[in-house]
Amino acid sequence: MSTVAIAEVRAKALKARAELEPTPWIAPVKDQPKHDDSNINKSLLSYIWKDTDQGWLKMLGLTSAGVGLLTFAIIVTVVKGIGMWGNNKTVGWGWGITNFVWWIGIGHAGTLISAILLLFQQKWRTSINRFAEAMTLFAVVCAGLYPILHTGRPWLAIYWLFPYPNTMWIWPNFKSPLMWDVFAVSTYLTTSLLFWYLGLIPDVASLRDASVGTLRRKIYGVLALGWTGSARAWNHYKIAYLLLAGIATPLVLSVHTIVSFDFAVAVIPGWHTTIFPPYFVAGAVFSGFAMVCTLMLPARKILGIEHVITPRHIELMCKVMLLTGMIVTYGYVMEHFASFYSANPYEYFAFYNRRAGPMNHIFFLMVFCNCITPHLFWTKWGRTNLWAVWVASIFINIGMWCERFVIFVISLHRDFLPSSWVAFHPTWVDISLYVGTICLFLTLMLLFVRFLPAVAVSEIKELRLEMEHAEHAAHEAETATMAAASGGVPPAAHAAPISGKEG
Amino acid sequence: MSSIHPPEKTFVLGEFATPEQLVDAGAKLHALALGKLDAYSPFPVHGIEAALGIPKSIVPKMALTAGLTGAIGGYSLIYWCNVIDYPINIGGRPLHSWPTHIPITFECGILLTALTLFFGSIALFRLPRPYHPVFEAESFRSASIDAFWVSIESDKQPGELGDVAQKLRDLGARKVEIVRGPIS
Repeated sequence: MSTVAIAEVRAKALKARAELEPTPWIAPVKDQPKHDDSNINKSLLSYIWKDTDQGWLKMLGLTSAGVGLLTFAIIVTVVKGIGMWGNNKTVGWGWGITNFVWWIGIGHAGTLISAILLLFQQKWRTSINRFAEAMTLFAVVCAGLYPILHTGRPWLAIYWLFPYPNTMWIWPNFKSPLMWDVFAVSTYLTTSLLFWYLGLIPDVASLRDASVGTLRRKIYGVLALGWTGSARAWNHYKIAYLLLAGIATPLVLSVHTIVSFDFAVAVIPGWHTTIFPPYFVAGAVFSGFAMVCTLMLPARKILGIEHVITPRHIELMCKVMLLTGMIVTYGYVMEHFASFYSANPYEYFAFYNRRAGPMNHIFFLMVFCNCITPHLFWTKWGRTNLWAVWVASIFINIGMWCERFVIFVISLHRDFLPSSWVAFHPTWVDISLYVGTICLFLTLMLLFVRFLPAVAVSEIKELRLEMEHAEHAAHEAETATMAAASGGVPPAAHAAPISGKEG
Repeated sequence: MSSIHPPEKTFVLGEFATPEQLVDAGAKLHALALGKLDAYSPFPVHGIEAALGIPKSIVPKMALTAGLTGAIGGYSLIYWCNVIDYPINIGGRPLHSWPTHIPITFECGILLTALTLFFGSIALFRLPRPYHPVFEAESFRSASIDAFWVSIESDKQPGELGDVAQKLRDLGARKVEIVRGPIS
């Protein structure tokens, strides 16, 4: 065998091995050196079959109390009006819009993980996509509450939000970015829900089939819609899932772009910039991944799914946060530079006011959380120490909330006319709504992990098979390399297809 | 009568341990032409469509049609509302200002595509269908967990299908079941 041929075989072996190293996507667990479909099914669904544990119940109790608070705050807002919020004539958009954009941003990681990483064929998405998709859905529900409540009387707002033939025969103003927002967010919610459910169907079917007891079997049977896993259905399913991912990708980019148009299209200094769409999308991914880490790190331990969400997954998420964090930082630097370079006194003042105005502590908190924290992830320790990742992810969540506050409230509170300058103070209703939506989000997440599979089980099984094939290919290529290097004839086995093998 | 009582069909089911065996057995059964074939697996098995002779999915065409319909519909709606039915001068802007129509046109295209992809594929799966004769076999539960099943559909009575069951065993099926039930 020539040296070139040997080098080729060796390169092939190394490539196959690299797929499996340093840690495989499905890590071995104690007493179970090798996974098969049956134990994957068992281990990933085990939390659903367990008896309700006290910890889960206590957390649910706490978050449900928060949902009670949210309900109360909503009633107060609706009965008394949005005068109960801290908004005033100058700061027309206060915490409401801050929270809306923050929540939408958090949702974006789910779509990014499930759709964009699917199109890029990133295998590591498989373990985290379902959890992140659920997060998207619940985050968008929380986000949607704010603009609906902000209309003041939501039951009267429908005619200027949705084009339907109303009794006054007038139509919405389609030229307004706020209308674009209505279409973008409602499309996003619908698509996320459908994508999530389509992905869940095979997993719910495996829950149905693995269930003990008639009631559970019936409930999951209804949810699975009668899925049999037929090849004729998979034939349509595969392409439908891929296409949904394909349309979700431009959709997720469009949603935050349109959200940023709410501001960029206005003439307010500090808002009227072309950098907004890309910088909003990067910020959304940044905060979304941070939220995935915040929730996933405890969840993987509690749910017993540490073998499919390995430290390697967490490291990769940290790298995404590092990258998007730097894009966001670049956005901040550019904004401030542009305000200086524009020679527009109002534009300059808007940014001067962020750095040196009465609310500059929030600006500096944002800089610390968003620009400095992610640099922890340059170090291996920062990416692999789970406590460090968890604390950093919470800092990023806080930082991204501050970013929205800085952009919206600090830009508004000192506008063109000094006589209309005001301070902004949130009221107890603002705070209750914010705490309440966090609790609503957590309640929905707790219910989700308790009753539905938090990991895409069927996709993990497919990944396991792929890894088995990769392992096999790597082994054979290595055997061939060794044989070639020692001058012998490579074993015939390496030419045989894998399909002959018994499982 | 057929609408109230859907016809009864018999399914001969065989369970295989690996996807490779399933594809192999599927291809051989397809060559024998014993009846309508299907396979059941916990995840999509590579190469099964070719083995069973399943035609290409029409989902992409449906999605494209829906996307174009949604986008054209969205744009037309805006045009009709803002230019024809209720023309209103907003800050002196032209009634038909196409750049401001792009976001909603795009979103409408996506929305209709997503709805069509989901409900269209559910319809193609023939779901929701809570009952299917294959569920009669208790061991068929493994089809969504860790086993790979193949089925041959037939109008004959279960007793007449012994040779088909034997054929499945010969192909390496570790379990064979014959079930009969109405199928809509």
